[in-house]
Amino acid sequence: MLKIENVNIKDIQNEIIDEFTMFDDWMQRYEYMIDLGKSLPLIDDQYKTEDNIIKGCQSKVWVHAKMEDGKIIFTADSDAIITKGIIAILIRVFSNQQPKDIIEADTGFIDKIGLKEHLSPTRANGLVSMIKQLKMYAIAYQTQLN
Amino acid sequence: MKSINQHTTFKVEEIRKDFPILSRKVNGKPLVYFDNAATSQTPQIVIDAIVNYYSNYNANIHRGVHTLSQEATDAYEQARQKIQAHFNAKSSHEIILTSGTTHAINLVANGFSSILKQEDEVLVSALEHHSNIVPWQMLCEQTGAILKVIPMNQEGELVITEYDKLLSKNTKLVFVNHISNALGTINPIEDIINKAHKVGAAVLVDGAQACPHITPDVQALDVDFYVASAHKMCGPTGIGMLYGKSRWLNKLPPYQGGGEMIEEVTFKKTTYADLPYKFEAGTPNICGGIAFGVAIDYMNAIGFDAIASYENKLLNYATKKLLEIEGLKIYGTSKNKTSVISFNIEGIHPYDIGTIVDKLGIAVRTGHHCAQPIMDFYDIPGTVRASFSFYNTKEEIDALVEAVKKAKTMLS
Repeated sequence: MLKIENVNIKDIQNEIIDEFTMFDDWMQRYEYMIDLGKSLPLIDDQYKTEDNIIKGCQSKVWVHAKMEDGKIIFTADSDAIITKGIIAILIRVFSNQQPKDIIEADTGFIDKIGLKEHLSPTRANGLVSMIKQLKMYAIAYQTQLN
Repeated sequence: MKSINQHTTFKVEEIRKDFPILSRKVNGKPLVYFDNAATSQTPQIVIDAIVNYYSNYNANIHRGVHTLSQEATDAYEQARQKIQAHFNAKSSHEIILTSGTTHAINLVANGFSSILKQEDEVLVSALEHHSNIVPWQMLCEQTGAILKVIPMNQEGELVITEYDKLLSKNTKLVFVNHISNALGTINPIEDIINKAHKVGAAVLVDGAQACPHITPDVQALDVDFYVASAHKMCGPTGIGMLYGKSRWLNKLPPYQGGGEMIEEVTFKKTTYADLPYKFEAGTPNICGGIAFGVAIDYMNAIGFDAIASYENKLLNYATKKLLEIEGLKIYGTSKNKTSVISFNIEGIHPYDIGTIVDKLGIAVRTGHHCAQPIMDFYDIPGTVRASFSFYNTKEEIDALVEAVKKAKTMLS
């Protein structure tokens, strides 16, 4: 599990943008994402339940959230490897952060790393729903804290 | 306006020139469009018809006495006659112009809600698109009728011996597609219709996937209802048709109330207009209807025999080439199928393959193709579907094969 302590969302996003600018073309970007997908720390099998599925039209995405020391830890998985790669990026950005930071975070960095097409609602890969779901968890935990 | 090119001999290079979109690039690569089963591309002649309508005679139809309205009405009604002739309906009033296949199916399903009774049985095939499942489920919930499913086999064909067993005097309706959108299987609808009629059941055939490839003769088929969409046969979206035998269309109640579909209105009682207007409430898709007629002319000018024979060559070539890729499995292997190949590569999600081949400029469909029961049957999340049209080429199939190989290397 990738744990980056005390790094804020914005910094992580900038770090990811830097990494992606090194690639010359889409193929390198996708190869990188596929590698990320393969190395994604998987969600514990007990959480791969129907309840945790975010239903996209095409690939299945599971997300689990828990609270640790005021921060939300996300784990996730998908049955499609490219989707998994994107999830790995999202987890790196949003996991291990405080609920209020997750709620306020913008997701414009996805565009900057050349993955904008995956954010189109018509893409139907569950990614848009996934970001929404991560933020919903954050809102729910934030409500508990208040 | 240019007249339709007569393609006296089938030359794909010439035909491709009729389609402006085929010269564009996607992700820096020449577009290879293999999503024809979802929607076909539009020839210039159809685009011209749309532009001409809005440039020269845009008006509401059937109402105005002015010249524009007359011209638009004439063009719209001529389109209906073209559709009638194309499908060989007995009368043009048996052709109801709808927004598409889904609308047409819902119109019939709604009509039967006042006819079906509890314990009546409705048969639907396992190969259906969601649009030919859900309206009947709703109908059955509403009426208490029972929905039964004609099963399929591993090849993706309907099991006709099981169909025979399901038929009984309780069977009131049978719904089946002419050709499966997910697998390309051509169903034996003559046999299905014939047997249904012997027990007194009506048959609706969803022809959305068939009409781009073959010309159904509704009288020879003796089918009760046949539905199709223009956008799968070189026409625009938002227009389609319902053919229904007069006897049935007269029996079914109107679907929607509104202008156009009435004969006389008082607050006491409204009498409905005759066919086809009884089912065409409101201002119709006038331009779409006219363009639908032009699309049918265009396809007939090329010739459906030439189209079917060429597409069959593409299908055989693509099947052979794709099967050379190790681990590739084709779903839907009936001998009777159209130019649709649904496939997966072992261990790779179809969505991943679709994403990579799109980056290489190739448009395929991935997912369950709105036919989840078929995917459940094969126990797969979906497939990659490449569907070929008469304007595609062998070179494009080579590009697909190379792209799939590349995707496989990247994703394995």
